[in-house]
Amino acid sequence: MSKKKNIVVVGNGMVGHHFVEQLAQQHDQQYQVTVLSAESRLAYDRVHLSEYFSGKTADDLAMTSVEQYQAWQVGFRTNAKVTDVDRQAKRVTTQGGEVFEYDTLVLATGSYPFVPPIEGNQQPHCLVYRTIDDLDAIQASAAQSKVGVVIGGGLLGLEAANALKNLGLKTHVVEFAPQLMAVQVDSGGGRLLKSKIEALGVSVHTNKATTSISEGQQCRYQLNFSDGSVLETDLVLFSAGIRPSDQLARDFDLELGARGGIAINDYCQTSDPDIYAIGECAVWQERVFGLVAPGYQMAKVAAAHIQGQSLCFTGADMSTKLKLMGVDVGSIGDAHANTEGAQSYFYENQPKGIYKKIVVDASQKTLLGAVLVGDNSEYDTLLQYMLNGIELPEFPESLILPLASSDAPALGADALPDTATICSCHNVLKSDIVSAIDQGACDVKQVTACTKASTGCGGCSALLKNVVDAELSQRGVAVSKDICEHFAYSRTELFDIIKVGKIETFEQLLASHGKGLGCEVCKPAVGSILASVWNDYILKKAHMPLQDTNDVFLANMQRNGTYSVVPRIAAGEITPDKLITLGNVAKQYNLYTKITGGQRVDLFGARKEQLPDIWQQLIDAGFETGHAYGKSVRTVKSCVGSTWCRYGVQDSVNMAILIENRYKGIRAPHKIKFAVSGCTRECAEAQSKDIGVIATENGWNLYVCGNGGMKPRHADLFATDLDDQTLIQYIDRVLMFYIQTADRLQRTSVWLENMEGGLPHLQDVVINDSLKLNESLEQQMATLIERYQCEWKTTLSDPDALKRFKAFVNTEQVDESITFVNERGQIRPTPVGIIPTKTIESQASEQIPVIDSETV
Amino acid sequence: MAETLMTPDIASTEQLQWLAICTLDALVENAGVCALLANQRQVALFYLPTLTPSIYAVDNYDPIGKANVLYRGIVGSTAIENNESGKQTHTAFVASPLFKQQFLLSSGQCLQQDDVQLKTYQVRVRDNMVQLLVAPEESAWVTQV
Repeated sequence: MSKKKNIVVVGNGMVGHHFVEQLAQQHDQQYQVTVLSAESRLAYDRVHLSEYFSGKTADDLAMTSVEQYQAWQVGFRTNAKVTDVDRQAKRVTTQGGEVFEYDTLVLATGSYPFVPPIEGNQQPHCLVYRTIDDLDAIQASAAQSKVGVVIGGGLLGLEAANALKNLGLKTHVVEFAPQLMAVQVDSGGGRLLKSKIEALGVSVHTNKATTSISEGQQCRYQLNFSDGSVLETDLVLFSAGIRPSDQLARDFDLELGARGGIAINDYCQTSDPDIYAIGECAVWQERVFGLVAPGYQMAKVAAAHIQGQSLCFTGADMSTKLKLMGVDVGSIGDAHANTEGAQSYFYENQPKGIYKKIVVDASQKTLLGAVLVGDNSEYDTLLQYMLNGIELPEFPESLILPLASSDAPALGADALPDTATICSCHNVLKSDIVSAIDQGACDVKQVTACTKASTGCGGCSALLKNVVDAELSQRGVAVSKDICEHFAYSRTELFDIIKVGKIETFEQLLASHGKGLGCEVCKPAVGSILASVWNDYILKKAHMPLQDTNDVFLANMQRNGTYSVVPRIAAGEITPDKLITLGNVAKQYNLYTKITGGQRVDLFGARKEQLPDIWQQLIDAGFETGHAYGKSVRTVKSCVGSTWCRYGVQDSVNMAILIENRYKGIRAPHKIKFAVSGCTRECAEAQSKDIGVIATENGWNLYVCGNGGMKPRHADLFATDLDDQTLIQYIDRVLMFYIQTADRLQRTSVWLENMEGGLPHLQDVVINDSLKLNESLEQQMATLIERYQCEWKTTLSDPDALKRFKAFVNTEQVDESITFVNERGQIRPTPVGIIPTKTIESQASEQIPVIDSETV
Repeated sequence: MAETLMTPDIASTEQLQWLAICTLDALVENAGVCALLANQRQVALFYLPTLTPSIYAVDNYDPIGKANVLYRGIVGSTAIENNESGKQTHTAFVASPLFKQQFLLSSGQCLQQDDVQLKTYQVRVRDNMVQLLVAPEESAWVTQV
């Protein structure tokens, strides 16, 4: 066999990495691939770069790892800028002097930010926005700055402006053109976009040509404009477009485009057939493609051509959909109606801040382009019309007019041809999704796993879901959201029915909306909703039969039918006297005693009939129930904080007690755990909790929707430097929104991951009140807090509720089937020897009783 | 199959006797309580006032979870189609509080595992007393209720 061919890839951006991926997926290893990256790290996700400022780390953004490349047997060097290409000898040299021979060379050097030739543009706080290193520099500079200016009001410029705003700077955007995003949006859309962005506190200056950057009076610098006006700033961020990184082509005589860029043919070959160029460094038919999807397409074409397959690059659709500072912006095809004979339809709603335009051909049969600002809901449909040349309805304006929307021929997933591109980042066609489903994928997750659809920018996730759902229901797979056979409603729907219909019992709900007797699925779910809406005593005669056994006996059932008892120890703070009480009770009833993960004490092995006596003693000593048995707010873990700790910056224990007492006992779709850390060292592990709070010098950072358990998830940073009042307000809203909209037994992590729009949407709802829900969320929470009761206290004074605590109805004998053995000085259940092998899977994880009831 | 379910052992039937368990109001509506028999066997008693019959008694031991817990399960119903008439009827079951398997209250049949069936007892109410039909060894110690 001949030796492997050497492929050297220069550049490890998203496109360069995608190329490597294409070859790595080939099983016959005919190629030795070597990657030379000028950056200090391997490929990372530049599309989501701005998330670096909202808590994502370089690791989070990484698209690959050293281990991954090693597993693929891909050689690589970082900090290895290529300085010499010897096309005759077919070898390249890096700045470190290393030499690599190639059979095929692939240039994926990307682009660099264009810095306009303005006098003074080389000063220390004049920066660009492209790499993680750039972001580190911006962060460092922002820490010593109050005002920041972005020069350039394009897509990237606005993203950069958002980053500066989030870093706490007074932010300005300076644009040379008369409008923002001049490439993607027409003047009407640009005007609205400007007003929306200004409403968010960012000053926009259009029609401004910067001539020089000089020393400032109040700020570090002063920008001088051609019209004589000036603007003071501490930081200047250039985002005036990108230029292909084509230096190697210039130095070593490859053909260039008229305005730069490495010229390529339809196979992505340069003028030297052994050298390919892909991504933003390449120019095809005098066009540079500054988006990731066409770059990926080029990577695929080049990889195919190298392997002798014929695939052509045929240009790419440059439509984009994005959310800039919470403002939807969509641009499709010929947004500026440049095509000859093109005609346009407009819709503008100034009070609501919505602008829409569609561009059609002269015959009004085909969609050529569209502009959307303030509302992207029609984007997916319009894009499909444009990409697939689907014939427009008789009145094309019906596609964007809101009143007609119910009659608008909504382009259902069924109407899309098999060739419709669903995910443009990974070029996944509808037919790919159909065949994934044919091969057994039966939900969005599985389809994503085998097609990669929606794993790029994620913009197609809603459309993907529609296609998958439509395909599944065509195959007769019920995509039912019904909670069980007794109610043809989802949990969220039941929640609304109960709340709006003022339904107070399961019987009423069953009579009006259900059938049969109910079951172990709908009864606890409805019981939980009733508790979340009315916060009644859960063992009221009407509610008791709905509750799982743990809730019925207000304790956690263990494998031998005995129960464990967990009193509330708010924030883990406990007096010595109370500790002694716990010890005495445990001793008196011979209970196995263990410290839980939630900073409490768990007493195991209590017989059901002992529970009332045990609790009488605990309540007399000042304890209250800990709700360890409920799908409800459990614990608030804390570290000791600024009162004792040398490093603490806020009083975390005090805050944790406040939070625990505020939300204790509130019932939810699943258990909820909190933690409060007193400083950034994070000893309370708040980032693994549903609600995590971490102290900062200026207040509190709020994290949401983390969890440990089977599938750990780090919480997302939700808001920073909050004062006490705002912190509590946000937690109120997040919790109540979760309680109202989550599925049954859905933890906050999964809830957020399934939420359309994800974290930004949740932030929009809670911080910007985008759904106008906050008042009612806060009211609902206030009602729940006001109606709190210690369920054990109530139970001890209710003879009816105590009835079920008797061991037997016909005798006072104790249950002799419950026995214990001794181990390490304490009791444990006598082993039964066999653990059931066959359990109902969906329930198993929920119900298997384990020793530490607080950590499962 | 139907025969083995419906025909009790004739020989032992003659020796079965009614044992008083408790007054009707000791039962809990739409939920279970537990009774102890002489041979230490436990019986789960369910009271479903909207059904006829309204009281059901099955063995309290969960043969899958291996603990005496079934009376603490949630009671529910499932629609079962009658083979002949095609009509659906709602049949009552209890779901084990340990691993959630469902057992029909009328027959003791486990709906998830065909080979698992609970022992069931006949129940009646006389003079406001709930009575169970039990074998001699189950009623040997005559209890004062």
